[in-house]
Amino acid sequence: MTAKVKVVRRPELTFWEQLYLPQIYCGFKITTRHFFRNLFLHIAHRLGLYKHLRAAATIQYPDELRPLMSRFRSRHRLTVRDDGTPRCVGCMLCETVCPAKCITIVPGEHPDPNVEKYPVRFDIDLGVCVYCGYCVEVCPEDAIRMDTGILDLAAYSREAMRLDIHELMNPALRKPLSDCGLTFPHQCSLSHGEMKGSWDGTGRP
Amino acid sequence: MIEVLVIKLTLAGIVFFTVLNFAGFHTWVERKQSALIQDRIGANRASIFGLRLLGLFHGLADALKMFTKEDIVPAGADKTVHILAPFFSVFFALVAFATIPFGDRLVLGTRVIELQVVKIDAALLYVFAMLSLGVYGVILAGFASRNNYAILGGLRASAQMISYEIALGIAIIGVIMVYGTMDLAELVRRQGQMIGGWIPFWGILAQPVAFFVFVTAALAETKRVPFDLPEGESEIIGYFVEYSGMKFGMFLLTDFLDTILVACLATTLFFGGWQVPFLVADGFHFPWGSVVVVSNPVYALLGVASFSIKVVVFCWIFMQLRWTLPRFRYDQLMDLGWKGLFPISVVNVVVTAVVLVVFQEVRR
Repeated sequence: MTAKVKVVRRPELTFWEQLYLPQIYCGFKITTRHFFRNLFLHIAHRLGLYKHLRAAATIQYPDELRPLMSRFRSRHRLTVRDDGTPRCVGCMLCETVCPAKCITIVPGEHPDPNVEKYPVRFDIDLGVCVYCGYCVEVCPEDAIRMDTGILDLAAYSREAMRLDIHELMNPALRKPLSDCGLTFPHQCSLSHGEMKGSWDGTGRP
Repeated sequence: MIEVLVIKLTLAGIVFFTVLNFAGFHTWVERKQSALIQDRIGANRASIFGLRLLGLFHGLADALKMFTKEDIVPAGADKTVHILAPFFSVFFALVAFATIPFGDRLVLGTRVIELQVVKIDAALLYVFAMLSLGVYGVILAGFASRNNYAILGGLRASAQMISYEIALGIAIIGVIMVYGTMDLAELVRRQGQMIGGWIPFWGILAQPVAFFVFVTAALAETKRVPFDLPEGESEIIGYFVEYSGMKFGMFLLTDFLDTILVACLATTLFFGGWQVPFLVADGFHFPWGSVVVVSNPVYALLGVASFSIKVVVFCWIFMQLRWTLPRFRYDQLMDLGWKGLFPISVVNVVVTAVVLVVFQEVRR
């Protein structure tokens, strides 16, 4: 049995390529074109000209953010009704569907008979979350979304990776939280397990 | 006497200061130029009181880092030689600048100052001697480290530098034959004559082949990409693998100093040194007959400026080549040196000799 051998010839250099100097010239031309184009654009940008042409592919991250796709899944938020209460009706669908089991909801009875329940507690452990977006898909009330555009999630402890209802309802908040601004009755990290707030301040019956 | 000493020391100080600062500046140029070539921004974060200046302070930060890093001498190393090697390397690169003429005569009162640190009749030989001695720093570093990779790097470096020096030297012979002198100041002065009153008779016109051989060999001499086999960052690290802190920094500095030295030599030998076209000692004499009179200090300054601009352009070209070309393989490198550049330079010398003799016969 003889093995079939396929001989792959190396491409021979043409005489022009073997001269080497013309090829160096070609490479030099390319790098020089890039050099002067970018130099000109950098200077022009300083003067406020040609802003639509990029001089460098670099995105200087903390100063300059990469534009996100509209369907990009970033940190979660809970959408809020006009009176400042969460839209969430405590149906537990998101907690149930969550493959990472990072959502914890404690539902409570809502004073409005048309709204059955609301979340007394709503925690997401971002250290566990896999950003699959199922919670958003499954929500019947459009109460949870992943469109805050927040990417820089970092903390010094696992505990600090847990978001409670304050941070979820107001993405601008950052740990450590100092005071609890929510009026409706809820449990949060500031309340040490006690219920805080009342429905009186929300304008609800 | 004391006056001469002061003048010489001042000149030496100026050259020393300029060259070292320009070498330090090269770290910034290298970062930024490579960034521009590759559509990046380049290091720009180092700041003093929030002042960034396009990352100019990164050079300072580098120096600070180099000086404060731990200086390690390997246990098996020859300690004295290990410490001496980087000093050799930098020393020979620096002293070679002494004979480079960076301007014409400056007249202060009755005193005529040659803008050149030392005037040696065989200046070219001196420069090449210093370039060759630079090999010692490299090979001693390799041997003193007692590290196989370092020795390999050192041997590669010395083999490369020796074989390219031959092509370099023979390429220069053509220039020496055309201008008939080895004194660099005189050589530059002779490049000031005009061909038909219009074109300055610079070395590039007289010896174009020698120029290409010289630049190629000189690039090999600086041990940077595409001829960075002694360092071989991706394979053997090179002769300075066992160096840290400022001693490593000195090898880095040597590379930059060599680049500047080679740019100075290319300018002096092939691009008329401090010559400005149509400018002679008393002013501009344009071929269409008009004359612009220039006083002596302005004339000298114009010369220095012309020299500096040419050197900067050459440094730019070398840096551009460094970021354009890939690296040679070692056998290709040796092939190019011995089978390519060496014969070309020899043929160049022969052809130059024949042409010169024919010209002399015709003139007679």
